[in-house]
Amino acid sequence: MDLFFHSVVLDREKCVGCTNCIKRCPTEAIRVRDGKAQIISERCIDCGECIRVCPHHAKKTKFDHLERLKEFSYTIALPAPTLYGQFNNLDDIDFVLTGLKQMGFDEVFEVSRAAELVSEATRRLMADDSLPRPVISSACPAVVRLIRVRFPDLCPHVLPLRSPMETAAGFAKTEAAKKTGLPPEKIGCFFITPCPAKVTDIKQPIGIEKSMVDGAIAISEIFPTLSSKMDKLEQIEPISESGIIGVSWASSGGEASALLNDKYLAADGIENVIHVLEELEDERIRELDFIELNACSGGCVGGVLCVENAYVAKARLQRLRKYLPVSKNHLREEIPTVMNWQESLKFSPVLTLSEDLSEAMQMMMEIDDIGEKFPGLDCGACGAPSCKALAEDVVKGLAKESDCIFVLREEIQQMADIFKNISGHEKHEK
Amino acid sequence: MSGLSLKYEVPGDDFTRAGEASSDVKRKLKKLGYDPDAIRRVAIAMYEGEINMVIHAGGGQAFVTIEPQRVDIVLEDHGPGIADVEKAMQAGYSTAPDQVRSLGFGAGMGLPNMKKYTDEMTIDTEVGKGTTLKMTVLVNHKS
Repeated sequence: MDLFFHSVVLDREKCVGCTNCIKRCPTEAIRVRDGKAQIISERCIDCGECIRVCPHHAKKTKFDHLERLKEFSYTIALPAPTLYGQFNNLDDIDFVLTGLKQMGFDEVFEVSRAAELVSEATRRLMADDSLPRPVISSACPAVVRLIRVRFPDLCPHVLPLRSPMETAAGFAKTEAAKKTGLPPEKIGCFFITPCPAKVTDIKQPIGIEKSMVDGAIAISEIFPTLSSKMDKLEQIEPISESGIIGVSWASSGGEASALLNDKYLAADGIENVIHVLEELEDERIRELDFIELNACSGGCVGGVLCVENAYVAKARLQRLRKYLPVSKNHLREEIPTVMNWQESLKFSPVLTLSEDLSEAMQMMMEIDDIGEKFPGLDCGACGAPSCKALAEDVVKGLAKESDCIFVLREEIQQMADIFKNISGHEKHEK
Repeated sequence: MSGLSLKYEVPGDDFTRAGEASSDVKRKLKKLGYDPDAIRRVAIAMYEGEINMVIHAGGGQAFVTIEPQRVDIVLEDHGPGIADVEKAMQAGYSTAPDQVRSLGFGAGMGLPNMKKYTDEMTIDTEVGKGTTLKMTVLVNHKS
């Protein structure tokens, strides 16, 4: 397996080497070198912030296309509930689901159904008090990856349950195999995704060995075809089996409120998420049982692969779920093993300076010394997100001090002075 | 091997900036690859001390020495001093004004928490002169 697979990639043609993305990256994973952005693979958490902020559309997401359906004998669409919020004047989820079948899928299994099961499983796990409090949601793959590289102490707090997407694939595939008699490898499950982090989560999952999902197709990719199919529908199939809880997972607070416990917090937007994680780490947030965190503002409706404004989508979902029952999916017995993580989250120290402590210490002193030479403007012109980051890059041998235009200007000035002196002497000699 | 010495001014007039010094120490320890449990203890103990300096003493200075096996934190202020150290060490004892309590601080857990999270702690205080608090967290690096 590719250890550092990323769904967020750079289009070198379009990149003009500006500094918009480097300033926005929450793990300082981007540098501009030789006029083009470079993503530092081991640091990237695929949150998609750089895609959102790039004015030249030079950052994009790798995802699957509909042609991949041909690889399988039987195909299942797994739509994220966020998809339902993309359409104007929609009053029945079945329009969307029937439209998906018209696009070539044999079956549709709503991720919101699985979300209701994950909510129930979480309620049960929380009731037996065995998880360290507060429990942190594991549904947003960008947040889980952020915790993995930046917050070692919080790793044990991450809910060891598979995401609704993964749970949906598990149930859908098992049911379809029973129904069709086909072996599971002939059945293709495709997630209709609002974000790049989910694409990564399929290729390189955390907590489990292999994802049950076979591919991910961006909401923005299928939207035009799907809406035209939906316009021409003659008959609507009764497919939807979701309640309020499942649909609510699409926006921030949905997952947490489904726990029916008011000791929770829901934060969204990567900067806010980082603030909450910092405070959790310092044990400044006490008396809460559950922490829901979404890297995108508004929650999944804010994903970069959505077509609609996050807040409009959220408002539509509120209307759409209004007359639904609270929950339509329930666990019959124990939490099935296909919903559990196989291993808990392990810290990955990619941001540390060196494995050797005395070397790290030496490097930090050098970083502080070199940092003194920089103006502290964090202008980004050197290609690093801040003066501190440049100092670190210099010590690591990845950049040079004169990458800083202020340092360079001084060096040029000194050189000019030297030349002036030399030519001055020459004149005297004549 | 010599350690890393850090010095911070803790401003007494801006409560929203309280916690910046401990945050920076935490960031540095993470970069250095210190044991997560030691980082957590340093961060919590120093944060409590920093907040105390802001609430009670109008700010002060923080000196931190990072060595491979230990982190030493010295918090120095020229505030009112602690009249009864023994009492201040009791959980729940607080002299914090109401406006501070309304922000969720001043629960009387500051000093007890600092003691709990550190391996050594000494308080040198004189009423009217100020307080110097020394804390040490010993580090066991898991390899």
